[in-house]
Amino acid sequence: MISELSKLLDDVTVAADWVGFRAVREQRNIRSMRDAIPTQNGRSLSQGLMVEVLVRGQLGYAAVNRMDRESVHQAVENAYQQAIASSEWGIHMLTPAVRPKVVGQFIAPSLHAPDALSPADVNDILMRLCTTLKVSDQVVQTMATAITTSLETWFVSSNGSQAHQHFRLIETHYGATAQDGAVVQQRSNNGFLAHAYQGGWEHFLTDDLWARSLQVGEQAVELLTAEDCPTENTTLMLAPDQMMLQIHESVGHPLELDRILGDERNYAGGSFVQPTDFGQRQYGSELMNITFDPTVAGEFASYQFDDTGAPAHREYLIRNGRLERGLGSLESQERLGVPGVACARASSWNRPPIDRMANINLEPGSQSLAAMVSSIERGVYMETNRSWSIDDQRYKFQFGCEYGRLIENGQFTKTLRNPNYRATTPEFWHSLVQVGDRSTWQHYGTPFCGKGEPNQLIRVGHGSPVCVFAGIDVFGGGK
Amino acid sequence: MSAIADLETTFTQLVEWLRNALFPTEQFTLELMGEHSHFIRFNRARVRQAGLVTDGQLTLTLMEQDRQSFCQIPFTGEWDLDLPVLKTALEDVRDELVYLPIDPYLVLPSLQESSRDVHVGHLLISEDVADAILPTVTDCDFAGLYAGGVSIRAYADSCGTQHWFATDSFTLDYSLFTDDGQAVKGTVAGSDWQQDKIITKLTQSKQQLQRMAMPPRAIAPGQYRTYLAPAAVADLISMFSWGGISESALQRGHSALGLLQRGDRTLSPLFNLSENFRQGLVPRFNSLGETAPIELPLIVKGQLVNTLVCSRTAKEYGKVANGASASEQLRSPEVKPGSLLPDQILAELGTGLYLSNLHYLNWSDRPTGRITGMTRYACFWVEQGDIVAPIENLRFDESLYQCFGDRLVDLTHTQEVIPDVGSYDHRDLGGTLVPGVLVDGFTYTL
Repeated sequence: MISELSKLLDDVTVAADWVGFRAVREQRNIRSMRDAIPTQNGRSLSQGLMVEVLVRGQLGYAAVNRMDRESVHQAVENAYQQAIASSEWGIHMLTPAVRPKVVGQFIAPSLHAPDALSPADVNDILMRLCTTLKVSDQVVQTMATAITTSLETWFVSSNGSQAHQHFRLIETHYGATAQDGAVVQQRSNNGFLAHAYQGGWEHFLTDDLWARSLQVGEQAVELLTAEDCPTENTTLMLAPDQMMLQIHESVGHPLELDRILGDERNYAGGSFVQPTDFGQRQYGSELMNITFDPTVAGEFASYQFDDTGAPAHREYLIRNGRLERGLGSLESQERLGVPGVACARASSWNRPPIDRMANINLEPGSQSLAAMVSSIERGVYMETNRSWSIDDQRYKFQFGCEYGRLIENGQFTKTLRNPNYRATTPEFWHSLVQVGDRSTWQHYGTPFCGKGEPNQLIRVGHGSPVCVFAGIDVFGGGK
Repeated sequence: MSAIADLETTFTQLVEWLRNALFPTEQFTLELMGEHSHFIRFNRARVRQAGLVTDGQLTLTLMEQDRQSFCQIPFTGEWDLDLPVLKTALEDVRDELVYLPIDPYLVLPSLQESSRDVHVGHLLISEDVADAILPTVTDCDFAGLYAGGVSIRAYADSCGTQHWFATDSFTLDYSLFTDDGQAVKGTVAGSDWQQDKIITKLTQSKQQLQRMAMPPRAIAPGQYRTYLAPAAVADLISMFSWGGISESALQRGHSALGLLQRGDRTLSPLFNLSENFRQGLVPRFNSLGETAPIELPLIVKGQLVNTLVCSRTAKEYGKVANGASASEQLRSPEVKPGSLLPDQILAELGTGLYLSNLHYLNWSDRPTGRITGMTRYACFWVEQGDIVAPIENLRFDESLYQCFGDRLVDLTHTQEVIPDVGSYDHRDLGGTLVPGVLVDGFTYTL
């Protein structure tokens, strides 16, 4: 593919300062069951080419789902005209420095290829999961899903880039809904498609698969008779599967430089973070260490180069609570004059790259789970996100979880249903009082991070230990 | 992208080829989603990104012996490119089908009335769009997205049903900001670009922005009489498509309307919701080629009279299908108007909050119908019928059984179409036809 693209690039005749081709081929297999009955069995192929042309300081783009010579030449001409038409109105004069030369290859590690299991094998596993989840007649719905993806990108440019990346991905989900009259509760395996990883079936066929699915079904039923989460200001302990959402919404998005630059204000929103905050702002307590880390093997959004060719490295965004750098591409770094990371990413061939999260992780601390629980006189523990909402400046949030436990006198006691909490972002992260050690650290992912105009969904990964926050407003459901 | 007529010809040829390639025991459906779109993203009254996207996707679903499998492939409109890919797709799904479990609720296509619906509009050529919009707003902090072009939705099956829907359309979805971040929102949509109307709309937004220049007032959490303008109502109505009006969601305990269906809670007799395709903004056919009724009442005078029932749900639960999409989401919703006249809104509100837009809604407790979200854009504190000041954004957490039930005071006499400007994967079509809503005691929590 690289040689084909290079030949097409050699034929480009427009008088541009830079031209880049990014080809994408994404093949997915989707299998899903509800109540042990198949609901989805299929595959998809998406392939196409994104052409970017830089001229008069502006990038224009054109995307096509065919790569014959005539179509590519037309796309180059269209992208060129888009840049020319924008040149009088461009927001910033760009140079080819925002599209650095990159040569290399990255193949994400995977123990098992997507076709290591046949369609019949996968359906058998999903069916057995549904059966296992249905622990009683009170379970009114069971679901199980497995999605495998092979994603390849090829990038060539007029300044010599030749890069190829191949990712194998797996996303799985299972869960149960239990009902007793008007009381309905759901429990899932850490949230919808939260088990999203780079790699293969090894991430699904784990040793604890059947015990875990049984536990999920049992906890759905357990929640039917659990007490509602109390309404009080208390100590809040969050599991890594909820910390994923917490980090994503109240750290990842506010640190995106394109939000701070205003690009996102009409859709996803801006940020309470100001350009002058970088290097200055105490974002949270000194226990807070957040990294942009595209190097974690198996984490959902690892890569070697972003979609503009910038090489990706592990960087601290927040160290000991202090804000060091943002999530911004070379374009955004140049426009805003603050440090960023290699995070210009596009959802596919048909969208231009914008500032995106990749793997954003909270680094482990030093506390064991037992030590953290035993230190809490009264508090609430929450697992697995089920509701998320935050304002357009990423300031006031309210999140809800599937499963809660009351902590009394240093021990887990009652199970709680409908656990929710709300706070403002700075107040919340400054109240971080305990961070779990490596033994409590887990990473998850999601394919559903939405942003951009035109809209784009992108894959992100988040790892975190168990964390404890002091003085948080928690509450239950109903009204 | 090839000319629309050529795309239609190729699609029809592929359908004919499939019909001839089928084994006698097989059935298929073929869906097409295609677009040629122009996007310009604006920030600070300048162009941030501009480009063109030509895309097409075919989804082939093959059914045989109570099993089904699908394959989604690119569609270019070129017979020589598309046929080999379709052939491979057919072979792949055929090979897989025998290994799949039986699906007892599989619904086979049946002969339906075919349709052809082509809306030709008058859009700007792509190189002229920035020049048409930006000179009017160069003195403002203007951000947003222009999206325009042709969109295609098509369907065909082994029984002979075929639908073709193609429309030119554009949306201009924008915001204007004050120096301290207060903002107003505007959306223009249609099939014909009318420069005068665009300039008038932008000029009106600039005038509205002047109201935002006052220092924002911080409002303490609590309950306030609230007017929700049509765009805010449309956001609340969108929640009915997510665990709301779907029959399958109701059957499986996933719907916020379970309390209404069981008679445990009520909605206001003033509240009427229907699926209304009269505006013709979206195709009426679904993924089985079935055509929805031109109007389907869903909630009448607060009573749940219909749910959205797709054929699969109907087969599973012994219901009657009503042309709903497989996801049983609203495709062309309408909330019927009330009696509140536009010039009486502030007076009837009295003292409370005037909300132009909402943001980031989610169920905070779905079984009880509780929704949380934020205020956004042009939201004001009103005292005795006069706008006093814009507000700092507030979080609300309120049950639909309150805001469309016990506490619904009235709806406006006029409705607005709130265009659907979404563009995940492809440009969305259509919109929500809604009035404004006056609520006595809307709950704010943060």
